[in-house]
Amino acid sequence: MWRFLAARLLQAIPVILAVITVTFFLVRIAPGGPFDSEKAVIPEVKAALEAQYRLDQPLLSQYLAYLGDLAQGDFGPSFKYPGRSVNELIGAGLPVTAELGLYALLIATLIGGLAGVIASLRPNTPQDYVPMALAMIGICMPTFLLGPLLVLVFGIRLEWLPVSGWGDIPGDKILPSITLGAAYAAYIARLSRAGMLEVLSQDYIRTARAKGLPEWQVVVKHALRGGLLPVISFLGPAFAGLLAGSFVVETIFQIPGLGRFYVQAAFNRDYTMILGTTVFLSTLIVLFNLLSDVAAAWLNPRLRHQFGGAK
Amino acid sequence: MIRHRKPDIRLLIIFVATAALVACTGGESNVERGNREQVLHIGNGTEPQGLDPHVVTGVPENTLIRALFEGLAVKNPYTLEPEPGVAERWEFSDDGRQITFFINPQARWSNGDPVTADDYVWSWMRALHPQTGNLYAYMLFPVKNAEAFFKGDIEDFSEVGVEAVDATTLKVTLNEPTPYFLQLMDHYSTFAVHRPTIEKHGKFTDRFTKWTRVGNIVSNGPFVLEEWKLNRRITMRRSDTYWDRDRVRLERIVFYPTENAVSEERGFRAGQLHYSYTLPLDKIPVYQAMENSPYVQAPYLGTYYYLLNTQRPPLDDVRVRRALSMAIDRDMLTRTVMQNSVVPAYSITPPGTLGYEPPRTFDFDPREARRLLAEAGYPDGEGWPGAEVVYNTLEAHRKIAVALQQMWKEHLNIEIELANQEWKVYLDAVSTMNYDIGRRGWIGDYVDPNNFLDLFLSRGGNNNTGFIDPVYDDLIMRQAPQAKSREERYAIFAEAETRLMQQMPIIPIYTYTSRHLIKPSVCGMPANLMDSLNFRYVYLDPTRTSFEEPCDP
Repeated sequence: MWRFLAARLLQAIPVILAVITVTFFLVRIAPGGPFDSEKAVIPEVKAALEAQYRLDQPLLSQYLAYLGDLAQGDFGPSFKYPGRSVNELIGAGLPVTAELGLYALLIATLIGGLAGVIASLRPNTPQDYVPMALAMIGICMPTFLLGPLLVLVFGIRLEWLPVSGWGDIPGDKILPSITLGAAYAAYIARLSRAGMLEVLSQDYIRTARAKGLPEWQVVVKHALRGGLLPVISFLGPAFAGLLAGSFVVETIFQIPGLGRFYVQAAFNRDYTMILGTTVFLSTLIVLFNLLSDVAAAWLNPRLRHQFGGAK
Repeated sequence: MIRHRKPDIRLLIIFVATAALVACTGGESNVERGNREQVLHIGNGTEPQGLDPHVVTGVPENTLIRALFEGLAVKNPYTLEPEPGVAERWEFSDDGRQITFFINPQARWSNGDPVTADDYVWSWMRALHPQTGNLYAYMLFPVKNAEAFFKGDIEDFSEVGVEAVDATTLKVTLNEPTPYFLQLMDHYSTFAVHRPTIEKHGKFTDRFTKWTRVGNIVSNGPFVLEEWKLNRRITMRRSDTYWDRDRVRLERIVFYPTENAVSEERGFRAGQLHYSYTLPLDKIPVYQAMENSPYVQAPYLGTYYYLLNTQRPPLDDVRVRRALSMAIDRDMLTRTVMQNSVVPAYSITPPGTLGYEPPRTFDFDPREARRLLAEAGYPDGEGWPGAEVVYNTLEAHRKIAVALQQMWKEHLNIEIELANQEWKVYLDAVSTMNYDIGRRGWIGDYVDPNNFLDLFLSRGGNNNTGFIDPVYDDLIMRQAPQAKSREERYAIFAEAETRLMQQMPIIPIYTYTSRHLIKPSVCGMPANLMDSLNFRYVYLDPTRTSFEEPCDP
């Protein structure tokens, strides 16, 4: 088990290093720089600014210096927000985005799991078609449509929920979480339906039924564990995806999360911020993939056996 | 089969009930509570880069910094004429080359220190120091030797024309008489900063220190910084040490970064904001049609125009440039595409810039435009080599470009291609003159025609058109500063602007407007050409429910 983990972690290092290198040089190739603006910048000012950010040095030594700082956990100062470090900006945005992602995932798992299980119990009947059709709509409906629709209905027409913000007014976290969670709920519904269908056709389920167990016990005690396996392995990457992809929802609801910083950084050519968030998010994605592999192994007796052999 | 679903349904019910419960606790809106407690909630565009007056640039930053700090002279929000700020009065010398500011002895920093003339000398040194990298350093260039110090030609700051005669007397020597100099004193790049605070947190030219954070910052304006939640809100509280504190009636101001205009408008409707930073274009007709409408639109000191690359054929021919400009039906453009939200422009300087009315040298005249084009060798568009408009990716820019493309096709029978570019790519294309026609907008930094006309000086960093005219340079640089009166000076500017429009290195399209939504309870916040807020004047009158009613004095 530990050897498996160590091997996977070691594999991650070159991946992240490649991400850093490619991002570092790609942003430099892009036309325009962090200090270009619609108003002409006096050359003396530009030179002074570039010196403060080490941009006057050769590219390679900038790269090495950046790697050196990174090794100490320092993402460097932001170009766009003088006086703030990238660490600080990520630190400010991450808890918000993580909280949003967590709620969204919770909603997605609850609603999606439920819908999938319900659908799988009576395949090819209305009990299957209705949730699955809804799931299809969920997958197809982009968040930039669903968000404003929910706001229009619950925020403006019914005046039940706040239209924007995060943690400022009670209830302002509900709509964004639902909006972000909806698409994932749909995926999870389809995954859990497929998983459950496979499990429900297994011999041991037939045995359980033959023993006279009530149907809900068959489902909850025997089928669910195996049926939700595909969902478990989906959760890790899904959470990482939620963190990296919450930009649209954060913009619609004016949420001070990481996604907004990330996209703005690219527009602003905020080199350190682009690099910092990319490195940070790719590390998270690698990590969550690893975690979901471990979790799936734990739940799947066949894989667990493989780990056992590696001990 | 049915039984297994029961617990799940219960779960669902609990979830919905919790959601409803949380929802119903909403209660009083920001605006209602704010009206009672004199707390103003305003939309402020984006998260500010920072609050250091010598480091940052931008409109949201300007609003915040001018609430926290105060300049020597401050614009009156109704007239835009300068009135006392930190300086209680000032005197010009007879030749107009020297100004003496008399600092109000009551002026205080938020920690209780008096604001002194020495604070200004040191702060201007910081603002002009080459290592500070102040993008607005040029605001102080009218001061004698300021530019030389900034460029590193002189190192001794005592040679720069600013001197503390005593604690409350500041003497400023200028290169030339500069009639708009008092306007510059309300620009944040000329504000004083608190020296001990900055030095406590690092080197004075360092951009990365934390001196502007809550708890660290010491300022001298009507409000002090109370809370700064990144990308969420900035809260300011009324200052106890501000010299004119009895006049300040707001207890607090809460600024929200509202990047998304659609969300902001929804927030305004839901009572989360007293004042919106802007509003989406497609909402304007709805608000305009409303009775007792909260929509306020006013001319804004900014011009939207197209740059023409005068070094490249076919635009190197002045007849072609004039033909392009005359073939544009600006009235129709502003009426249809821009939904009446802007004003057609026929000059670079916006009309009414502190009494200056720019000359109108041409009109929409398709016949004359066709004649000029034929004279240039392209009768009815024959032999037209083509040209391309570049603009940064934005829906409004695209709509305008498409409309102009059609007008040029219709009236001149020529093809113009459109190319949208990502923001920084577009900036790069324009600044390296790698374009034919380029979109551009200019927002004035101070209310004076000079701020627009000096863009097109032959050596001007913002010229970007290749336009060179020594006569124009002479009018702006030598003759205008020597003028004895405002009238004489404006006449010189009008002459220069006429020359500019005859040679047409740019095509003016429209004058910007400021667009806000405002609750009727907000008083003392008039619309003005600079879209400038002066929070010293602002207060909330909860009893006022219609814009017809006067504000409670």
